[in-house]
Amino acid sequence: MEILKDRRNQIHRKGDEPGSITCEKASVAGSVSQRACVFCGSRVVLYPVADALHLVHGPIGCATYTWDIRGALSSGPELHRMSFSTDLNEMDVVYGAEQKLYHSLIELIDAYKPKAAFVYSTCIVGLIGDDVVSICKKVAAEKDIPVLPVEAPGFAGTKKDGYKIACDALLSLAGTANTDTISAKSINILGDFNIAGETWVIRDYYQRMGVNVVATVTGDGRVNDIQKMHGATLNVVQCSGSMTHLARSLKEKYNIPFIRVSYFGIEDTAAALYDVARFFGDDSMLARTKELVRQETQAIMPEIRRYARDLEGKKAAIYVGGAFKAFSLVRALRTLGMGTVLVGTQTGNPEDYEQLREICDPGTIIVDDANPLELCSFLKEQRCDVFIGGVKERALAYKLGLGFCDHNHERKEALAGFIGMRNFAREIHATIMSPIWKFVPRDNCEDSGNPS
Amino acid sequence: MKLLTKLTPTATQNACKACAPLGACLAFRGIEAAIPLIHGSQGCATYIRRYLIGHFREPVDVASSSFSEGSAIFGGKDNLFKALSNVISQYNPQFIGVASSCLTETIGDDLERLVPEFESQLTGDFHPALVPVATPSYAGTHDSGFHSAVHSIIDRLAIEPYPGFGRAVNIMPGILSPADIRYLKEILEDFGLVYTMLPDYSDTLDAPAASTYEPIPRGGTPISSIASMGRAAATLVLSSTLSKQMDGGALLETRFGVPEIIVGAPIGIGKTDVLFNILSDLSGRKIPPKYVAERGRLIDSYVDAHKYLFGKKAVIYGEEGLVIGLTSFLAEIGVFPVVCASGGKGNGFQAAIRNSIPAGIDQPTILEGADFSEITAAATTSGADFLVGNSGGYGTSQRLGIPLIRVGFPVLDRTGGQRILHVGYRGAQHLFDQIVNELLRKLQDDSPVGYGHF
Repeated sequence: MEILKDRRNQIHRKGDEPGSITCEKASVAGSVSQRACVFCGSRVVLYPVADALHLVHGPIGCATYTWDIRGALSSGPELHRMSFSTDLNEMDVVYGAEQKLYHSLIELIDAYKPKAAFVYSTCIVGLIGDDVVSICKKVAAEKDIPVLPVEAPGFAGTKKDGYKIACDALLSLAGTANTDTISAKSINILGDFNIAGETWVIRDYYQRMGVNVVATVTGDGRVNDIQKMHGATLNVVQCSGSMTHLARSLKEKYNIPFIRVSYFGIEDTAAALYDVARFFGDDSMLARTKELVRQETQAIMPEIRRYARDLEGKKAAIYVGGAFKAFSLVRALRTLGMGTVLVGTQTGNPEDYEQLREICDPGTIIVDDANPLELCSFLKEQRCDVFIGGVKERALAYKLGLGFCDHNHERKEALAGFIGMRNFAREIHATIMSPIWKFVPRDNCEDSGNPS
Repeated sequence: MKLLTKLTPTATQNACKACAPLGACLAFRGIEAAIPLIHGSQGCATYIRRYLIGHFREPVDVASSSFSEGSAIFGGKDNLFKALSNVISQYNPQFIGVASSCLTETIGDDLERLVPEFESQLTGDFHPALVPVATPSYAGTHDSGFHSAVHSIIDRLAIEPYPGFGRAVNIMPGILSPADIRYLKEILEDFGLVYTMLPDYSDTLDAPAASTYEPIPRGGTPISSIASMGRAAATLVLSSTLSKQMDGGALLETRFGVPEIIVGAPIGIGKTDVLFNILSDLSGRKIPPKYVAERGRLIDSYVDAHKYLFGKKAVIYGEEGLVIGLTSFLAEIGVFPVVCASGGKGNGFQAAIRNSIPAGIDQPTILEGADFSEITAAATTSGADFLVGNSGGYGTSQRLGIPLIRVGFPVLDRTGGQRILHVGYRGAQHLFDQIVNELLRKLQDDSPVGYGHF
């Protein structure tokens, strides 16, 4: 396959050539990018705030395609699982839809009594110039709840720009509630989206360590917790791509330090918990953390060892949204005795790709903002056994006769924490060892140990 | 969770529709060696791909002209041209369907002008057929986008001004499943008819496992067949609610004198009989024994289970044509349709529903341009026993504690959306068994003692 000229510098083979990978640029027109848009970025981040109203201001598609699409669970209200849209029609586009937006907000706030409202401006609103900011102000004053404009027209950059816009909306919520009762050993959990209840797993670890969790941003999120997140002593950032901007802003504004962590895999989860314990400089907390890691690891290792016996030497490909997840996955796969032969992300930055290059084996293909043609060509060339990605990648993997693990926001399986590593190992084992592959006409099977 | 029960005049809550470019992309996937391209922001193409992949569970490549802020201000011509060039060089397609988006329609990018301009710059012997279609997402639904695309394809590619009547027929299925389209083709072949099915995604969106990945899956309506649609003996349109701008059959009639026969969705015995009689007339053959037997077995099963259905109340929703077909099918087996709803607004939708309800049965609540807050509200007061529609009704079904029979598009929360059979005697059999069994399951589950016999 011929790689598009404009994309050649976005692909790198470790060991082949020097120089850095090109990234952080707009997708090439006509390259069927796996990425979405600015609106998508903002929606991903804010979606799990469960007691807020999420109103998409635009034609119906943007709301339809994001209706209950993600696996972010709530322990209480579930307003986030509803899909609200101003559903603009032709006349709205011609004459403007500010009044429609105003009435929609008033009616929905009256009906659902949300703690706050997020109003997402889509492409068309960015173009026709509805004054969303002043409508939000007006409704906020009338209804006495925060009404936050999220001006994220799809064309105004990449998904990453959407993250930033969402972070700014969250920042404007912070600092607006009382923090008197918050203890000194407190953190905010940033960038865990509570897919299949992962935030609950992580929160439980911190509570057992003796760490108080103020806000979970944004998984199982609550408006009031976010309003007092400035009272926490430390921000612990899991999804660096989406949340680093918020963490930096909180540092600048409230002088709260932050650390980056990952909860995927045994090593990374343990490192995350130790880093937090060390931050507080509390020996008894560190002792509790060691005990927690010991117990949790012991509980899962026998099962993981059983899987690893089957998986030794198998090869994986990874294509995910953010780079931090990719690092963790490379390590988690090593725990299972597996290698990684292709790794790519939608939104990695130069440092991310440099780090990926360091941790990957020679020959690994590293790719930024790939498309289906490239992915298929590399998957076949690298003769892998399993592909780790999202729903769009699943269809490709299955068509190529490969195992697949969904590691995106739509999955239904918790993959974070120690228990998440066990689930991950189970899923990887289940997909690679399934007997069905013997029926699949694979042409890349002679080296993979699968019968043809 | 509680739902807003009052019908609100403004916000849409849990839409019962998707947007027009999605429908266009679906139609384009039914053309041989085709790639759809959306002229707009990257997100439109990615979301639509994701939605189609969720239902069909197949790779669905949809290209994008990937708008930036600059293109939104200065126009998207450069992006469009680059996108077309890149798609041609990467995929080597025979057909590119270009759908507009809300963004490009509003800034005034005129695909009718831009696409021919691009074509005129192409050199070499062969280049793909390019078909633009205006699908502003703020007008209509995915259903109207689908039919507009079919109309545009005919407008551009059906070029043979040959009036002679052969035995070939044109058939436009509308949004049906790959299984439906495959079955319709089988029926046409069993009548010995030569046909052009437009579109035909029975293979492209339901492809067998293969030894190599094909970026452009095999199958789809050949462009040469589309070119000769003007020669056909008749055009059968299985949708009955199309406006003039969406009615490809009417266009063929006006332009080439090919008679248009509006059949409607052939769901249930009554509507399927209509289709078979037409096919019998067109082919000059009797109905093949295979289908006589299918029909007979279907009636036999109707008799076996009729008591479990009579008087049961159903809520039906989805694309206009599908709802009309399902309404007449359910009425035919003794079910009372109590709510018939669509997210779209089709020509003659209300009248068609009314005509499907036999005398002596209360007329259903008919909702057009409806969302799931309205459908749920109407279902709640209707005393419905079950829902028939796409995955969007899952929340309603959960809230009301009544079964949802998944049909149509999209089916995102079950496997096999592409294999659901709706049309013909076989489709009616499938739907009938499924509905009866769901009702039996509920009876069993709800019973304190349970029972082991039907």
